[in-house]
Amino acid sequence: MVNNEDQKFILLVQGLTKQVSTGDSQLTILQDIHLQINSAETVAIIGASGSGKSTLLALLAGLDLPTSGKVYLDQVDIFLLNEDERAALRSKVLGFVFQSFQLLPALTALENVMLPLELADADHAEQKSQQLLARVGLAQRLHHYPKQLSGGEQQRVAIARAFVTAPKLLLADEPTGNLDAETGEQIIDLMFELNREQGTTLVLVTHDETLSQRCSRQIRLSHGKLV
Amino acid sequence: MLRRDWRAGELNVLIIALVIAISGITTVEFFIDRVKTALVQESNQLLGADLLIISSESIPDSFTSEAKRLGLATASIIKFPSMISNGEHNLLVEIRAVTQGYPLRGNVQLMQEAKNSNDSSSVSGPATWRRSTDIPESGAIWVDEKVLRQLELNKTDRIDVGATQLQVTEFIAREPDHSVGFINLGPRIMMNAADLDKTELIQLGSRVSYNLQVAGDEENVQHFRNWAQTRLSKAQRIEGIRDARPEIKAALERAEKFLNLAALASVVMAAAAIALAVRQFTQRHLDGCAVMRSLGASQNQLLYLYVFYFLLLGLLASSVGCVIGFATQEILSNWLTGLTDTALPWPSLWPLAQGLAIGLILLLGFALPPVLNLRSVSTMRVLRRDIGLSNKHGVIGYLFGLFVLALLFIWKAQDLSMGLYVVGGFIAAILLFAGFGWLLIKILANFRHHVGNAWRYGLASIHRRAVSSVLQIVALGLGLMALLVMTLIQDDLIEDWQTSLPPDAPNYFLVNIQSDQIDPLKNFFQQRDIDSPVLFPMVKGRLVKINGKEILPEHFAHDLHAERHIRREFNLSWLSELPSDNQVVQGTWWTVNGESKTSMKAEISIEQSIAKIIGIKLGDELTYDIAGSHFSAPVTSVRKVNWDSFRVNFFVVTPPGLLENYPLSYITSFHVPENRMDMIHALVRAFPNILVIDMATVINQVQGMIEKVSQAIQFVFIFTVLAGFSVLYAAIVATQDERIYEAAIFRTLGAHRQQMQRAWAVEFAILGGLAGILAAAGASMLGYVIAEQILHFEYRFDPWIWLIATPLGAITVLIGGLLGTRAALSTPPILTLRNLA
Repeated sequence: MVNNEDQKFILLVQGLTKQVSTGDSQLTILQDIHLQINSAETVAIIGASGSGKSTLLALLAGLDLPTSGKVYLDQVDIFLLNEDERAALRSKVLGFVFQSFQLLPALTALENVMLPLELADADHAEQKSQQLLARVGLAQRLHHYPKQLSGGEQQRVAIARAFVTAPKLLLADEPTGNLDAETGEQIIDLMFELNREQGTTLVLVTHDETLSQRCSRQIRLSHGKLV
Repeated sequence: MLRRDWRAGELNVLIIALVIAISGITTVEFFIDRVKTALVQESNQLLGADLLIISSESIPDSFTSEAKRLGLATASIIKFPSMISNGEHNLLVEIRAVTQGYPLRGNVQLMQEAKNSNDSSSVSGPATWRRSTDIPESGAIWVDEKVLRQLELNKTDRIDVGATQLQVTEFIAREPDHSVGFINLGPRIMMNAADLDKTELIQLGSRVSYNLQVAGDEENVQHFRNWAQTRLSKAQRIEGIRDARPEIKAALERAEKFLNLAALASVVMAAAAIALAVRQFTQRHLDGCAVMRSLGASQNQLLYLYVFYFLLLGLLASSVGCVIGFATQEILSNWLTGLTDTALPWPSLWPLAQGLAIGLILLLGFALPPVLNLRSVSTMRVLRRDIGLSNKHGVIGYLFGLFVLALLFIWKAQDLSMGLYVVGGFIAAILLFAGFGWLLIKILANFRHHVGNAWRYGLASIHRRAVSSVLQIVALGLGLMALLVMTLIQDDLIEDWQTSLPPDAPNYFLVNIQSDQIDPLKNFFQQRDIDSPVLFPMVKGRLVKINGKEILPEHFAHDLHAERHIRREFNLSWLSELPSDNQVVQGTWWTVNGESKTSMKAEISIEQSIAKIIGIKLGDELTYDIAGSHFSAPVTSVRKVNWDSFRVNFFVVTPPGLLENYPLSYITSFHVPENRMDMIHALVRAFPNILVIDMATVINQVQGMIEKVSQAIQFVFIFTVLAGFSVLYAAIVATQDERIYEAAIFRTLGAHRQQMQRAWAVEFAILGGLAGILAAAGASMLGYVIAEQILHFEYRFDPWIWLIATPLGAITVLIGGLLGTRAALSTPPILTLRNLA
């Protein structure tokens, strides 16, 4: 467990290393990462392509397993949990926004947003989802399928889906990467607004220096190491 | 690209579906090709030849010359009744003078060691029989058991045959053409045709039947038949085994049709599997095509690429299928050793060509059209991955595929109506399945708000993927329907065969039983713990007048059949009830007085074929000469008789109470198990005047053939089942990518493995259950049509099919689905998301 003094953090990373084997040799993607992110902080993880940003984000969410090291998410050492337990923890604590939106094509906008609530067996899933979609400006698009929406609209649906469970921590992976500058700007505004409204901790992976400056703290990655 | 896709396992479903279908169809083709010829040859042993020309006049030499020209073997048999004598006793026998080569099919079985007449247990068991390899030499005569006993003969005895004497050299146990029909009942002798002139027995006006046996290559026999058909005089007729033994003909034709249907069912299922699999294929090739298009590839270049790709894939998969098919039919042939006595002829290469052609047709018909949509993929997809594919060729593609399949069916069935029935049935099934599937999905979707989580997701998932769900239901339903139809028909077909000729079918007939022998005969059966058979009374009468007008055989000289029947004495009998194997086709059956069971009204019921031959119509008054006195009555009904039942039946019957006072004898038929043959010998000893007719050879042969063909059918059915699994596999794999992606998102959003598993279980069970319900309905209808219209046997609706099909569909798809989606669940979400990013 973690000391009581450290309990203000939502995320604590200790000695996180990720290596993958490429034939004969081992490629180190992340090396001995230590970091702490406190509640309600907004943090940008920045770095060039291939610096290990997305891998770090995946490990923070427990979507992947490290070679060594620990991640405490909401006080829980997530790598002591099995896959199902990690999934259950995610459903309570985490929200996600991906670069490529990752909406389910067979579900309508509303159904996509309802999904995490339904998985957690939450009450009033439809009502809450409708409200949030209205909040992101898609009240008229509830029953549209992803392919009927523009890129910006799809990312709004993804943001609504991420916030609908009122997560303690929101992880965003290059959220504007697939959008034009103007739409990207609007999306980021929306995300920060919701973040403020809900008091969520935001961890944002980006290679965009300007965007990173909107966060309260920047963590820079280079060749798998914090610099 | 083909090699890369193959290595990546992207073509697994297409390849598996094709290989199963092609190996199924080539196995059947090879097998039918080989066995049909052998079976026909073997059944022809009952005839002693492949074809027989029967004539009341000498057969012109041109027939023999034509047969020889076509490379066919020939042999002649000249048959006539005559008295023979060993000096002490005279006996009326049928003399068969044969030429070299007789019999062309099968063998004459001779008794290994004939006993002398004092030992009346002279009929030996089959163990002491041997096959003759020749015909009687000139100057020799072979006699059958009846002659042996009645003339008390020993080998080397000489007997008078007309103006010459012939020496007994062998005792005949059985001849191959012994039991065809009921004509050859009396004692028989066989001699060399070269000695015929010396007997001086054939004179002008003698009743002689000239038979020309023909055998050889099937095609040439058919040529000869066609040639001879146009040259037959009124006195001549042609008989093939199919003319002589309708039940063998029917069994062979049905077996062939069924095997073809089973193979075609696997082709339909392959089509369904390919249609399903090709969706995944196009999805996975979208990116590649978009990149090629953006790099400047023209639509035509993509078209050529994919046509070549599928031609190569089709050829490779079909070749593998053909090789497997060839190997399997070898196994099948060995497994069914003894199906035919004759060695199986080497198969032709035709099935290979067919296999390759069908493989290409299936792939080009069902896979290529949807894949051609790839040509028109938007280059924008390289920028926006969510841009999918227009489906403008999809519907046309499937229609084209169906059209090709329809042609394939009609061609394979070699029967337009059968092809149209099956194709129409499948098209109707596809439309109905799709319609009902859609409706059921919509109805079920309404329940999703009233059920638990897993059910809600399962139902939602089916509903959300409505199009692919309907496709899956249609494909699974078709697969299951084909399986059910084949199961139903296979069972009914085999049962129908077995009931038409059950193991205890009568194999012996007793004729000429006298009234005072009834009780001794009953005692005889009782002592041997065999149920005493029903004895039918029989009066012999000759038809002398029709409507008061005298008739003579000469009036029918133009028609051999009719002439023979007028010359013969008819067996007349009386019946109060219409037997179960008789059916009145014209007029009405009589009613008899309740208590006396007799009728005072004289009337006659006649069998329809004999009525047609002689030209008797309903209402005609027939007069029979029975032992010197005349009996007249009008024909009040015409009956159709199922002679294949091997039970006693009569051409002419009257109500009870009319013929009882004429001199009568009795006839009966009964079953003797193989191991009780001794009882026949005892019967012959105890009742020497009773004529025993042995039908066991024919019945054993027919039963044996039916059993082996049934086994072949069951073996070929394995391919139908395998093809069914290929549909299941395709149905699961078709949505695999969607599921892996779905699982990754769900897991990222916090779903438990069990949550996903339960939702999918619900989805698979519902899909399978719906497919099962629809398949049961389709199978019942299609089974009825196939049984009644194509295979011509009575179809029995089976209510169990409804109870079985739904859980069967649900459980099979559930198990297959969960096994098939294990990978989707165990893939770490980040891998999937990274791949898709």
